[in-house]
Amino acid sequence: MFVKLTRNELRLLFREPLPAFFSLLFPTILVAILGSIPAFRQPNPALGGSRVIDIYVGIAVALTLAMLGLQVTPLVLATYREKGILRRLATTPARPVLLLGAQLTAAMLTAIVASALAIAVGRIAFDVPLPVNFAGFVVAFLLAALGVFAIGLFIAALAPTGKAANSIGTLLFFPSMFFAGLWTPREVFPHVLQRVGDFTPLGAGEVALHSAATGHWPSLLSATVLVGYLAVFGLGAARLFRWS
Amino acid sequence: MPVIEVTNLRKRYGDTLAVRDVSFTVERGEIFGILGPNGAGKTTTVECVAGLRKPDGGTITVLGRPPRDPSLRRTVGVQLQESQLPDKISVREALELYSAFYPEPADWRALAAKLGLSGDLGSRYAKLSGGRKQRLSIALALIGDPEIAILDELTTGLDPQARRDTWDLIESIRDTGVTIVLVTHFMEEAARLCDRLAVIDRGEVVALDTPAGLVDAISAEQRIRFRPSVPVDDALLLAAPEVSAVERHGPQIEVVGTGNLLHAVTSVLAAHQIIANDLRIEQASLDDAFVRLVGRD
Repeated sequence: MFVKLTRNELRLLFREPLPAFFSLLFPTILVAILGSIPAFRQPNPALGGSRVIDIYVGIAVALTLAMLGLQVTPLVLATYREKGILRRLATTPARPVLLLGAQLTAAMLTAIVASALAIAVGRIAFDVPLPVNFAGFVVAFLLAALGVFAIGLFIAALAPTGKAANSIGTLLFFPSMFFAGLWTPREVFPHVLQRVGDFTPLGAGEVALHSAATGHWPSLLSATVLVGYLAVFGLGAARLFRWS
Repeated sequence: MPVIEVTNLRKRYGDTLAVRDVSFTVERGEIFGILGPNGAGKTTTVECVAGLRKPDGGTITVLGRPPRDPSLRRTVGVQLQESQLPDKISVREALELYSAFYPEPADWRALAAKLGLSGDLGSRYAKLSGGRKQRLSIALALIGDPEIAILDELTTGLDPQARRDTWDLIESIRDTGVTIVLVTHFMEEAARLCDRLAVIDRGEVVALDTPAGLVDAISAEQRIRFRPSVPVDDALLLAAPEVSAVERHGPQIEVVGTGNLLHAVTSVLAAHQIIANDLRIEQASLDDAFVRLVGRD
């Protein structure tokens, strides 16, 4: 039953052209565009000798999580509530919480494929090294995903309609991605901004991914921040989520 | 033994008492109607029966169990008011997915055929007409092969032809042994389909009877109007025990009375070789009964 629900959620996700494109392909396209700029393939002293493109693969992974966690999932779940789909499910032997789980699983699978694609294109086209500490990278990815999706669930719990959920998600998306370094790599941020970024979900997520990519484990600070988001917003969503 | 028993149901939302005191029983195999004006508490009542809301007072049993018993999700099918599906899901996918929820589902292909949805299996939900969406919604309520189907306002928003088709469908479902609880505010629908009706107003049951019984209860009085071929003396008609009054409206005579009034009047006229032209019998309808029961001033 859960497998069928998840398959159905995936199918529906890919039938919405914009979300499907932005969450699945856009991060890879970003890597491809930035990678094709020659200056971004030169070692840059401001980035500690890394190339811009090396850093952007990690940022692309964070971008995928932000799109799915802050925009797609809250929109889908709040729409399901608004349209009475969760209520209809409550009248069948399938519990509405299963649909929630199926949606999260579908989003997670999409995030994994999109991230793998961005990493593969970075490696094959632009020689971006694969994450040195692969296990650490998986841990960082999971922590970041859990933190961001918990916030997404919280938005879905609060928003009365799909439209409202989408607006809140978009509003959070831009500052979150700013702190993850989407527009300017974090490495060139002033110290204060870097420090603030360490406490944002995608800032902490990007730091964790970057550490693992360069051979370390995610720092205790990043891990604590992400687990904190998971705990606070996850519990908040669990308390506030209405099924109808 | 009744399949649904509701006793002194009470449900409040904040300060509003949506259901004050509702009691009724539904017998196996019948179509039981819940009729009432908008905001009377009909939907709240069936939502409590369907286990979607927790009553504040009273008791409900469905197939001998409390309404929130998980096993009832398999044996009670529910068609909710204003409950949609994702825009991009196809009819086939919805039927397949929902049938996977049940241990022993009905054959969804046969169900789709019966509901006239066979030609729409590939269509996306958002592209379906209101009538098709409603049929799909009914199909999903029946897909678990339920013993009881609760259908809330199932013909609201349908055109007259689609409404009639849906009525035929409901009768054919009942003929397969499914007990049906039908919430409606359409008199014609209630009169046509329901074996028994509870009329709910302001959170209370104001009448519970067969449609014909409801009509009889408000008005045993009948009126017959006709234009006699030759003048008739009032006394002639008043002599019949069934006749209580005779009124004249120009060339027309209106006879008021009870019992088998038509037979009484035609017998008198025949005995005097008078022909009744333009004869019309005016009987109270379920509409009249409803207005009398829940009439507001």
